[in-house]
Amino acid sequence: MSQTALTKNKLSCYHCGESCLNDKIQSGDKIFCCEGCKMVFQILNQNELCEYYNLNDNPGINQRIQVREDKFAFLDNKQVQDQLISFRDEEQIHVTFYLPQMHCSSCLYLVENLHRLDTGVISSKVNFTRKEVDIVFLSAKTSLRKVAEILTSIGYEPYISLNDLKSKRPAIDKSMIYQIGIAGFCFGNVMLLSFPEYLGIDVTENSLRLLFRWISFVLAIPVLLYSALPFYTSSWKSLKHKFLNIDTPVALAIIITFIRSAYEVISGTGGGYFDSMTGIVFFMLAGRILQNKTYRQLSFERDYSSYFPVAVSVLKEEKEIPTILPDIKTNDTLLIHNEELIPADGILTKGKAFIDYSFVTGESIPVEKGVGEIVYAGGKQTAGNIEILVVKEVAQSYLTKLWNRDEFKKEKKNNRSFVHLLSRYFTYIVLSIATITAIYWSINDPSRIWPAITAVFIIACPCALLLANTFTNGNILQILARNRFYLRNAETIEDIAKIDHIVFDKTGTLTSTQQQDIVYTGTPLSLIQQEQIAALAAGSSHPLSKALSRHFTIDGQHSVESFREIPGKGIQGIVDGDFIKIGSETFTENKTLNNSGTFVYVTINDKTAGHFRFSNHYRNTVPDLIKRLKPQFQLSVLSGDNDSERENLKKIAGSDTKSLFYQKPENKADYIRQLQVKGEKVMMIGDGLNDAGALKQSDIGIAVTDQSNNFTPSSDAIIESGRLSSLPKFIKLCRANRNIVVASFVLSIVYNIVGLFFAVQGTLSPLIAAILMPASSISILLLTFGSSSILARRMRL
Amino acid sequence: MSVIIILLIASISIAGLFLVAFLWGVKSGQFEDDYSPSSRILFDDKPSSSNQPNK
Repeated sequence: MSQTALTKNKLSCYHCGESCLNDKIQSGDKIFCCEGCKMVFQILNQNELCEYYNLNDNPGINQRIQVREDKFAFLDNKQVQDQLISFRDEEQIHVTFYLPQMHCSSCLYLVENLHRLDTGVISSKVNFTRKEVDIVFLSAKTSLRKVAEILTSIGYEPYISLNDLKSKRPAIDKSMIYQIGIAGFCFGNVMLLSFPEYLGIDVTENSLRLLFRWISFVLAIPVLLYSALPFYTSSWKSLKHKFLNIDTPVALAIIITFIRSAYEVISGTGGGYFDSMTGIVFFMLAGRILQNKTYRQLSFERDYSSYFPVAVSVLKEEKEIPTILPDIKTNDTLLIHNEELIPADGILTKGKAFIDYSFVTGESIPVEKGVGEIVYAGGKQTAGNIEILVVKEVAQSYLTKLWNRDEFKKEKKNNRSFVHLLSRYFTYIVLSIATITAIYWSINDPSRIWPAITAVFIIACPCALLLANTFTNGNILQILARNRFYLRNAETIEDIAKIDHIVFDKTGTLTSTQQQDIVYTGTPLSLIQQEQIAALAAGSSHPLSKALSRHFTIDGQHSVESFREIPGKGIQGIVDGDFIKIGSETFTENKTLNNSGTFVYVTINDKTAGHFRFSNHYRNTVPDLIKRLKPQFQLSVLSGDNDSERENLKKIAGSDTKSLFYQKPENKADYIRQLQVKGEKVMMIGDGLNDAGALKQSDIGIAVTDQSNNFTPSSDAIIESGRLSSLPKFIKLCRANRNIVVASFVLSIVYNIVGLFFAVQGTLSPLIAAILMPASSISILLLTFGSSSILARRMRL
Repeated sequence: MSVIIILLIASISIAGLFLVAFLWGVKSGQFEDDYSPSSRILFDDKPSSSNQPNK
């Protein structure tokens, strides 16, 4: 027996680190929790890849749930291949797989050494942030299916969803990075070249002065034609929709500044404002990039197809035929293997179904279904194979239909930010000042009309407002992301600031999916017995077993012999010589209690001991969260469950919080629509696929997840469940956003007035512009960054 | 006077080189994944036999 394993109180698996029932499963001096883990170790050992275990302790992924052998048979299908493969020629095939299990440098090491496990693989390169691997292999030596199977055999099962079939993912748009690079280069050089002019270059060196001006001119061209492109396209788009957004005056100012400066240089009358122009483009691009920073590991756009598999087995004349989902027709018989998702609504025709609807409802305890009952798409079968007769095609199934409902497809209005409104007033004021200036000079000195008007446009560009907005948004997004609250985009900040009604989903959102409240009734259990039960339960991955093994702490060493798990029924084993059975009432031969709720019965040495009652566990932070939200917002709780929790919920949420039970997914969405009709701005907080409709319908849909790289339904924001308690602070910060922007705007107007004072007189020299532009930009930067960061610190975010 | 022109050409071309280096870096994806390269460099090409677990 291993020394290391005994010194620890508990035996932990060398591969995955989970606790082992006993030390039966061994290879060499290593102990494993299951055959799956041992097998992975043996594969790695044979191929001299055990460096994997040296890089990190227990880096593996638990292999207790085995992947069925021909799971990837659908990868032999030409149609599927064509969609997945990114490049192929006569010899090579390039493919990208998503490996959600990847979590440490050991994973990186192993996956990049794939060529040692399969000689057909030429190279495999990991992108860790995206959890993806790009694999190049020889089509003569291996196949797509074999590569996927080898990855699976070492514990990294590629995640291939129906979504991969639909479209190729767009490449990341890097054009704005190029644009800012070029703008920065041109801005820096133009600024240096402008210094001599400002500092008063010797008049005798006129040729040098001309040279500097012409170089500045040339350097400004790429900024005008390339770097400033985002502003032109955005303003063009808004003009097409007959809407004046903030980019229109900005684009206008950039073009006017360039033309005026070019005129001055060509005519030899002055140096122009190239440094101000390139500088402002650079700063504005920086703000944009900060604001648009995306979190690559997150996706806000998931629909059901990201959850569904690519293919299932269809039974035809006693044969299993892997079929891709869109090809499934009604009256097909599907063979759903253990741990597979049901892709279409159907009638159970064979086997016993224990369906885990946690994807759908957030409820992790499986539901039992018998032959003849309808099973809905989206559930995961957890106990053995079943056969179902399809009654509705995939696209017509209950859940998917809900998703395809037309009202959810409405586009959310864009450009509704108050910044655009503010900039519009600003533009009107600027236009009237320009007109007045023009009239004044046309009477007094017509030769000064054009210098004065162009100067007004240059100085009155609302770039300060744009800067204030983008930098504040960017910083707030970053502060929120640091607190594990990820927003889809900057507009979401303003939407959050406006809400007045918060609707919670109960299961999985207010309650935890990981924890259950457990109450025991029956013959009192001794401490040893409690530990024995926990040791036995540790052997199963059923959510109730897991909850039970967490409920009791194991201190001593317990040996579990002849462990057996009967799916959907229970587990049994001989712990320290005592025969213990845990499970349903029929399994443990108990009398049925006429109580609603979830029960687990225990017999020790064939004697009934008692039963555990499981109930939802409200997250510890929930009472406090509700207490703090209540004074400011209307609250509602929607639940898809029965109302056995009504009293419990009332205690936590108070009697003035509306709570509705038996809510189907469409009821949830309808409830939110009703609130919206009344004029309320609704924030929906939910977690499962059944909330997806409500999340989309609401003004702000927030998906709660236990881990930020888990799958979440499409939403406007994603929050980690642990940070739910900070929600009031987050909302406060979003509300402060507007004040900060307005304050910086006021500051920038002061600069503008100073500039306008010179501009209307037609005496705006490049020097004044060169001082005003960076001074206002930098002070706005400091103000927005500083105030939002100070605010966040004061709120302890 | 002429020395200034030489300096000018030198400074702009050096800055240009850095610009090209930056654009190349973005294009080749150096800013996309900041975790893998830093761990990859620590891997030995072949683990030496002393690292092997006993059979």
